[in-house]
Amino acid sequence: MSGEELGAPQVALRGVNKTFAASRERAPLHALGPIDLDLRRGEFFAVVGPSGCGKSTLLEIIAGLSAASEGSVHFEGRPIGREVPEGVGVVFQEDATLPWLTVQQNVAFGLRRADLARAGRDERVRDALRIVGLTDFATSYPAQLSGGMRQRVCIARTLVMQPRLILLDEPFGALDQQTRLLMGDEVLRVWRETGATVFLITHALDEAAMLADRIGVMSARPGHLKDIVETGWPRDRDSRIVERPEFGAITARLWKHLRGESMKTLGRPAS
Amino acid sequence: MSGAGSAQRARNGVILVVALLAAWQVVYWLIGSDALASPMETARYTLTLVRRDDFPLHVYDTMRAFAIAFAVSVVMGLAIGFWLGYNRLSGDVFEPMFVTIYAIPKLTLYPILLLAFGLGLSAKVGFGVLHGVIPIVLFTASAVRNTRPILIKTGRVMKLSGMQTVRWILFPSAIPEIFTGLRVGFSLTLIGCLLAEMFASQRGLGYLLMTGIGLHNLPQVMAVTMLIVVFAAAVSVALLALDRRLHRQREVAVLT
Amino acid sequence: MSRTAILRFAVIVGGIAVLEALCLAGVIDKITMQPPHLIVRDLWRLLVSGRMNAAIVKTLANTLLALGLAVGAGLIVAALLHRRRAVRDTLDPLFATYYAVPVFAFYPFFIVVFGLGDLPQILIAFMLAVVAVIVNTLNGLDRVPPVLLKTARVMRLAPAAAAWRLTLPAAGPHIVTGVKLAVAYAFIGIIGSEFILSRGGIGYEISFAYNNFDNATMYPLIVLILLASIAINSMLTRWERTLLARRGIR
Repeated sequence: MSGEELGAPQVALRGVNKTFAASRERAPLHALGPIDLDLRRGEFFAVVGPSGCGKSTLLEIIAGLSAASEGSVHFEGRPIGREVPEGVGVVFQEDATLPWLTVQQNVAFGLRRADLARAGRDERVRDALRIVGLTDFATSYPAQLSGGMRQRVCIARTLVMQPRLILLDEPFGALDQQTRLLMGDEVLRVWRETGATVFLITHALDEAAMLADRIGVMSARPGHLKDIVETGWPRDRDSRIVERPEFGAITARLWKHLRGESMKTLGRPAS
Repeated sequence: MSGAGSAQRARNGVILVVALLAAWQVVYWLIGSDALASPMETARYTLTLVRRDDFPLHVYDTMRAFAIAFAVSVVMGLAIGFWLGYNRLSGDVFEPMFVTIYAIPKLTLYPILLLAFGLGLSAKVGFGVLHGVIPIVLFTASAVRNTRPILIKTGRVMKLSGMQTVRWILFPSAIPEIFTGLRVGFSLTLIGCLLAEMFASQRGLGYLLMTGIGLHNLPQVMAVTMLIVVFAAAVSVALLALDRRLHRQREVAVLT
Repeated sequence: MSRTAILRFAVIVGGIAVLEALCLAGVIDKITMQPPHLIVRDLWRLLVSGRMNAAIVKTLANTLLALGLAVGAGLIVAALLHRRRAVRDTLDPLFATYYAVPVFAFYPFFIVVFGLGDLPQILIAFMLAVVAVIVNTLNGLDRVPPVLLKTARVMRLAPAAAAWRLTLPAAGPHIVTGVKLAVAYAFIGIIGSEFILSRGGIGYEISFAYNNFDNATMYPLIVLILLASIAINSMLTRWERTLLARRGIR
C-alpha cells in the first residue's frame, strides 16, 4: 500500500498556471496549467507527458525554483514562492556533481549550513554513501566515475540533507536503458529507507509504471493532468515488477492517453 | 552569449562614450590642469594638431609601420598557425612555446630589438610583429586543430584530396576563430608599433606622445592618445561586429 | 620525458647553440649581443655580487602587489558585472578595445597626481592587468553549467556562499588563464614604467645599461626577467593542469 497519512496532503497545488512572458524571441508562452494536484506524504508519484508539456516547469514550481504565474503551491501547509523550502531535495537530469571535489566532499557540500558537529556530518555522509552504494568511491573524483555513479553522488548529496520531499527531474535521461532499470531499483530502495515522498518526472512510461504508486499523465502544452493512474503496487517492490501482468495493462493505459497528446506535439492530429 | 541587438549595442556604445567623457571632465575638475587637459582643451588642441604641417608625416609614419607589421603578422601568423594546427607533432612541440612567449613581458626584449634593428622603421615593424603574430598563430592553430572530426570524415567520404580538404573544409570551418585571432592581433600589433615609437623614434604618433610627456604638454599627450584610441576603437568595434556575425552565422547553420 | 618534451628541449638547445655559433663567428657583433655562455656567466656574476638585489626586490615586489590588486579587484568586478547584464553589455566594447589603448600615456598623469614613487607604476600595471582578469573571469562565469547554479538554490546557499564555494571554483580554469595573462601585464606595466621614468628597479637598470652600452649588465637582466616570468607562468600552468585533470579534462 502506498504510505498514506490521514489529513492534509504534503504538497498541494491549486489552479497553478505558468506563463512565460514575451521576449524578443517569442510571444508570451502559456507553458503549464491549470494544475490541481495533491501529493500524499510518503508516496511515490511519477509524471509522464509528451515533450514540451511543462513537466520540468511543474517540478521547478514545486521546488520553489520557479514561481507560478497564477494559483497557489503549498508544502506542508506553507506557501512556496521563489525560494526552495527547507526539507526539499532536487536531483536534475544534467550532471550536477562539482568536478573539483571528491565524492565525499560533494556529498558533504550542503551540510555546512546545518548546525552539526564534524562527527555528525561525517556520519551522515557515510550513511548517504552507503545507501547509494558508493562507499568504496568516497575519495574518487566525479570525472573518474560513470554517468550512473555520478547521478548516485547527486542522490546521496540530496539524501544527506534528510529531505522529506525528493524531486527528480528525468534523472536517468542521460543514461542507457540497463543502467536506468538498475537506478530505478536504487531509487526505490532510497525511498523505502528514508520514508520521503518522491516526485519523479520521466519520459519513459515503463519507468513510471514500474516505480510509482500513482502516475500523473500530462497533456500536450499547456500541460494539465489528463489522468492519474493508481498502480497499487506493494511498497516492497523492485524492477522485477515488470513481470507482473498488471504492468502491461498500466503501461498500455498510459500510452492510450499519451499517444494522442504526443501526436499533437508532433503536429499531427490525434487519431 | 546572447545579448543586445545591434541597435541596443549602438545605444550602449553611445552611453559608454558619454559616461567616459563625463568622468574625464569630473576628474579634470577635481585634479586640475596640472595633471591633465579637459575634454574641451583636448578637442581644441586636436584641431590645431591635425592642421600642423608635420602631422600628416607623423600619421603616415605610424600607419606605414603598422600596415607593414600587420601584413607580416597576418601572413606569418596564418602560415605558422596553420602548420601547427594541421601537423600534430609540430603543434605539440611548438605551440606551448608560443603560449609561453604570449605570456612573457615582450617589452623587456625591446632593447635587444633596438640593438638588432637600430632606430627606425625596422624596429617598429619588428616589435609590432613580435606582439601581433603570436595571437594569430595560436588562434589559427586552435581553429584548424579543432575542426570537427565529422567534417573531416565527410571530406574523406567525398574523396577530397588534401588540398581540396584544406580549401573547402578546414579553412572555411576555421574562419570564425581565425578572425578572432586577427582581431586580437590587430590591437596588439598596433600597441607594439606604438610602444616602439614611444621609445626610439623621431617620427610618428608614439613620438608625439613622448615629446608631449617630456615637455609636459598635456593637451598634446591627451590629443594624441585620443586619436589613437578613436582609431583603435573604431576598427576594433567594426572587427568585433564582423566577428560576431561570423560566429552567429555558424551557430544558426549548425542548428538547422 | 615524453617525446614532444624531448623535441622541444632539443629545439630550444639547438636555437641557443645557433645563437652561440653566430656570435662566436662574428655574424652577430659584440655591440649587438655577446655569446649566450657569456650572458650566463654575467648573470651569475651579477646575482652573486648582489649589486642588483635592491632593484630585483623592488620590481618583483611592485609586480606582485599590482598583480594581487588586479586579481582581487578583477574577480569582484567580474562577479558584479556578471549579475548586471545591462552594465556588462555597455562595457563590452571597452573591454574589447582596451588593449589597443596605450595605457602608458596615463603614466605622466599619475606621476603628477601621486608624485614620483611606486604608486604610479603600480597603477599602470594594475590598469593593464585587471581587464585580463575581468574578461577571462566573465568568460568562466558564463560557462558555469546552469544546473550547478540551480543546485546552489536547492541547497539554499546564501549568495555570497554560492559565489565563493560554487561559482568561483566552477569558473576556476578560466580564472587561472586570466591570472596568467595578468602576470604578464603586471610585469609589462612595472618594467615599462621603469623604462620611461623611475628611480630604480630592473627596468630602470636595463634602460641605464642600454644607454651606457653596458651589454654585460643589460642582457643578464633581460634574461632574468624572462626566466622569472616563464617560471611563474609554468607554475600557474601546472596548477591549471591539475585543476583540469581532476575534472577529467586533459
